[in-house]
Amino acid sequence: MTTMTMAKALNTALHDSLAADEDVLLIGEDIGTLGGVFRITDGLQKAFGPQRVIDSPLAESGIVGTAVGMAYAGMRPVCEIQFDGFVFPAFDQLVAQVARLHYRTGGRVRMPLTIRIPFGGGIGAVEHHSESPEAYFAHTPGLRVVTVADPQDAYSTMRAAIECEDPVILLEPKRRYWGKGEVDTSLTTDLSSARVLRSGRDATLVAYGPLVVTALEAAVAAEDDGIDLEVIDLRSLAPLDRDTVAESVRRTGRLIAAHEAPGTVSLSSEVITCAIEDCFEHLEAAPERVTGYDVPYPPAALEEHHLPGIDRILDAVDRTLGRRSSREAA
Amino acid sequence: MSTMMSAGSTRPPRDGRPTSPTSALSTHAQADDPRRHHDLAGALDRPLHVLDEDGTRHKDPLLDPYLADVDEKTLASLLRDMTVIRALDDEAVALQRQGELGLWPPLRGQEAAQIGLARSLADDDFLFTSYRENGVAWCRGVEPAEMLSVWRGTTLSGWDPFARRMATPQVIIGAQTHHAVGYAMAMSARGEKNLAVTCFGDGAMSQGDVNEAMVFAASFRAPVLFFCQNNHYAISEPVALQATVPLSHRPVGFGIPSLRVDGNDILAMRAAVALAAERIRSGAGPMFLEAVTYRLGPHTTSDDPTRYRDEAELETWRKRDPILRLENHLARLGAPVERYQEEAQAQAREAADALHRAVSTLTDPAPESLFENVLTTAHAGLARQRAQMLAFEASLAPAGSTS
Repeated sequence: MTTMTMAKALNTALHDSLAADEDVLLIGEDIGTLGGVFRITDGLQKAFGPQRVIDSPLAESGIVGTAVGMAYAGMRPVCEIQFDGFVFPAFDQLVAQVARLHYRTGGRVRMPLTIRIPFGGGIGAVEHHSESPEAYFAHTPGLRVVTVADPQDAYSTMRAAIECEDPVILLEPKRRYWGKGEVDTSLTTDLSSARVLRSGRDATLVAYGPLVVTALEAAVAAEDDGIDLEVIDLRSLAPLDRDTVAESVRRTGRLIAAHEAPGTVSLSSEVITCAIEDCFEHLEAAPERVTGYDVPYPPAALEEHHLPGIDRILDAVDRTLGRRSSREAA
Repeated sequence: MSTMMSAGSTRPPRDGRPTSPTSALSTHAQADDPRRHHDLAGALDRPLHVLDEDGTRHKDPLLDPYLADVDEKTLASLLRDMTVIRALDDEAVALQRQGELGLWPPLRGQEAAQIGLARSLADDDFLFTSYRENGVAWCRGVEPAEMLSVWRGTTLSGWDPFARRMATPQVIIGAQTHHAVGYAMAMSARGEKNLAVTCFGDGAMSQGDVNEAMVFAASFRAPVLFFCQNNHYAISEPVALQATVPLSHRPVGFGIPSLRVDGNDILAMRAAVALAAERIRSGAGPMFLEAVTYRLGPHTTSDDPTRYRDEAELETWRKRDPILRLENHLARLGAPVERYQEEAQAQAREAADALHRAVSTLTDPAPESLFENVLTTAHAGLARQRAQMLAFEASLAPAGSTS
């Protein structure tokens, strides 16, 4: 057990995966000599050589498409997409190739790719550096989409993603890279299940990625008002662990879903729909969602208004509990 | 090899016209309809060839060393291969017209390009192709039913890519070029001497993926052959819309040696592929071949080419028929052409009959197979949907029915 940042936990997981399996290789922009713009691959090219930690030309479709060919040849490539907003040139390779090759070939071709994408906002970045593209991929059959929320989860999930025979989009919450936590490298995890991070009686608060920390902070703040929130980290966005959410909602009767991505046709749309299908009779109030607004990601000076924070989450909690909220005040 | 390295970039134009992109563009601008000038690329740079349309054999210092082994038996086998894949192609078109197939992309006219490629590779070279390479697939041992299932709509891919050393048809234009480069990089890292080969058409040359793939291949010296069949049309769009210079000039800018070859000359194709394969296998990095050919049929059986090309053009290319050219060559050698034709036709009939018989063996898969192989592992959401679909479909069965 060691205390480390999420960045170091991811770096350690990549190191350990490279060391454990000679078919694992890393490919992406600036990941070699520089160690990645977030230093997630720091020192790995030096340790494993330029054939296993490959600085690629600046072409995201090329990074993913080349990895497809490597996977055909039995490799387990880990692609780094430098920023969330840069993944779109690779969209065809991801949704029309990576996601479908196993299905297309009747199970003959496996695509054990891991696509790492630093995602989300809150770092005061310029355009295309703060996106939350998860719904595009969660909508695409054949892809696993997972998020990580703390250093231990980051380590174990990365190891599991690289070992998985399915293609995995692994979304790393870039504004949490420098948060610290205890990491036990012997702990393993699966890629499918949500986890209840905090038990509570009054309402179920569902989050993932960067908002897991925010949700836990909101739950602590809610205690001051005598409100006991249950916090669920979804972790896997596809497939979705709807059973864990439903089990919780059956106990609390109330549901709030939060994420940074715009709310329309989003993960919160799906989580709330599933809860209505699975436990409608247990709901005591309309589910609430707290999301980014339906706007292109705004300039840095506006992002604090756009991103769900503790107060917006608590405002939604108040609504589900029938307490006075901002909407009645207006 | 030095002539090859510079081929395309420095070779003077044969007809004296300037080759700079600017002048090519101005030629375009003066035309009433620039899309009619689809022979512009062809006029700029005559493809390498060793057989004239009348079958006369020319010497070519670059290609001749790769044709030293060609004897009458080889020529007869190439005639047989081209005849067989034409018959298979004709039979598949007929099956589509009879309603047995949903669609078919004919290869008629491109037999020399496909046989010249496939018969010059090693068995364990790995191909990533588009959807028109059924002649290549036949050479890789793909069975008739495997060839048809995609086009009958019973599967999304017809064969085991690893057994045939050929990925199944790629429909997204140019996407497979990356896969070939990645495969080549992986083989290279393992010290294997195989090639990856990727087939695509003139239209694909405009795709970002093809251009990116050339960057990756060049930067990593990947052992990959880029094999472009320029059949002059991307559905209705003439090649001049994709490029105002010969397609084979482009790879040179990426640092990839490139040859422009007469794709209807089976001997030139065979030699060019052998040359490229030898060079790539030696560790010299990727190479590009443009096979200048012509799609005599429609883009697919759903297409109507009379809307975009005229009979005179078609007639010109019928005279350049690759099978006819090889027959003319055999005749000039004094070989018993008719006997070879009869032998080839007998094999072609046999193959076409097998294709015809195979189509009826392709039955619809079980409905629940819809849910198979989405992921490699169990998926609770899909299991739920599968159960729901089966329950719904069972509810449609008439009362008392047990099926």
